[in-house]
Amino acid sequence: MKKLINTPESVLDDTLAGIAAAHPELTVDRTARVVHRSDAPRPGKVALVSGGGSGHEPLHTGFVGPGMLDAACPGEVFTSPVPDQMLAAISAVDGGAGVVFVVKNYTGDVLNFSLAAELAAEQGTEVRTVLVDDDVAVQDSTFTAGRRGTGATVVVEKVCGALAERGAGAAEVASIGQLANALSRSFAVALTAATVPAAGKPGFDLPGDEIEAGVGIHGEPGRRREPLRPARELAAEVVETVLADHTLTSGDQVIALVNGLGGTPLHELYLVYGEVAARLAERGITIARRLVGNYVTSLDMAGFSLTLTKADPQLLELWDAPVATPALRWS
Amino acid sequence: MSYAIDHDLAVAWLRAAAAAVEQRHQELTELDAAIGDGDHGSNLRRGFVAVTELLDSLDPATPPGTVLIRAGTTLISKVGGASGPLYGSVLRAAGTALPAPTADLTALAEALRAGLTALQKLGGAAVGDKTIVDAFEPAVAALERAAFDGFTLREASALAAEAAEAGARATIPLEARKGRASYLGPRSVDHQDPGATSTALLFAALAEVSSPH
Repeated sequence: MKKLINTPESVLDDTLAGIAAAHPELTVDRTARVVHRSDAPRPGKVALVSGGGSGHEPLHTGFVGPGMLDAACPGEVFTSPVPDQMLAAISAVDGGAGVVFVVKNYTGDVLNFSLAAELAAEQGTEVRTVLVDDDVAVQDSTFTAGRRGTGATVVVEKVCGALAERGAGAAEVASIGQLANALSRSFAVALTAATVPAAGKPGFDLPGDEIEAGVGIHGEPGRRREPLRPARELAAEVVETVLADHTLTSGDQVIALVNGLGGTPLHELYLVYGEVAARLAERGITIARRLVGNYVTSLDMAGFSLTLTKADPQLLELWDAPVATPALRWS
Repeated sequence: MSYAIDHDLAVAWLRAAAAAVEQRHQELTELDAAIGDGDHGSNLRRGFVAVTELLDSLDPATPPGTVLIRAGTTLISKVGGASGPLYGSVLRAAGTALPAPTADLTALAEALRAGLTALQKLGGAAVGDKTIVDAFEPAVAALERAAFDGFTLREASALAAEAAEAGARATIPLEARKGRASYLGPRSVDHQDPGATSTALLFAALAEVSSPH
């Protein structure tokens, strides 16, 4: 598999060097492996910190900036960051008003962020955590690792960031993030597997006429294999799968994210968005806000995920609040 | 007074583990690619390279328990993912429970039992969930039985290595209930768990360095 890299071992550091070069408005600490707002810490503002494995860009480093994250901690490719990174992030951005972590629900992320929160507490900093678990492909039960955090992470980081920017307290910021997560559901289909640089070959073999339904964002296979069908049918299946787990009814408004997994052209994502919008319109569900593009990717995996967040006036107002990050920017 | 573990043995064990990870990281990564995300070998390799650097700089007077604690802290700081905190916590808990400056086989078994308890507390997995625990639990049980029966460290660690290896192989028909493989549901069946496999490597390393004892 051809990759634009120098060596598999240096991918993370080389990418951070690129982010630093491209975004002089951010501070990139390549030693601590933390990307943070240059105006941090801001006294009296809750610090919003997230992170996760690399390979999902723009998540999370692309969402650092006014109106969204204060800091992001990128781990190795598809590997959660280590507690030292989160502690370094806290010391860089904690303005004394509390810290909120946004954590995607994967065993590794949960363990490392929990350890970091414990260590921070020992140093006198209280950390609240918003756990994102929106992927309906996984059954949530006490016998599993629970649902994965995927596309809803963008919504959670956006609304938490907007509220934190206005000076809300840590409990309030965490609470709006938990609400946004509870109102979100996602599902993804893949046309190809992702290739991790260190592995050098796709994570699984997929024949040319088959897709994986219910994939996550770490290159692992999905819940089942299905024949490739026209986008209209695939989009309808994904919409039905998400709605089956949702409480949406006719007249509801949603924030919709048609998200590319990294290897699918925007051209096709817009095509899929059109199909999704038509299916939702048939159900009387209004797309109040939307994003179409690559936001939560899985390296070079081709395919898309759909996230629907049931939106109330407060969530929409926070969504519309100004944001100035590399990947999300409006005023 | 015969003892099982001292500074030199703790260091030798971790060096042997690092060598085993270096030799077999591709195999671990391939097992992980089948049912996880294909990085278990490269993540452990990064961690054990850092552990080796730590061992090179250690004061020879460092008690064996402190050696394990510092190696565990290094793994937590370098590995990431689930395996970093899990293996790191095992070593930290085991090291904390280990008496200084030397420990007999019973104390070593107790220390590794404490490591297993920490592992299960953090990861929430039980035997049969297709995780590290499936190799770790039988290995600790074998050490405990061997200690009770008055075996030497060499005999005991060979039995523990065998039990860990059998436990790792026994994960093949299981459906994963914890960790990233659990997302595959029934499709995780017929694959050996990479975490249980790396645990078997750790116990094989202990047996390897215990053979002169």
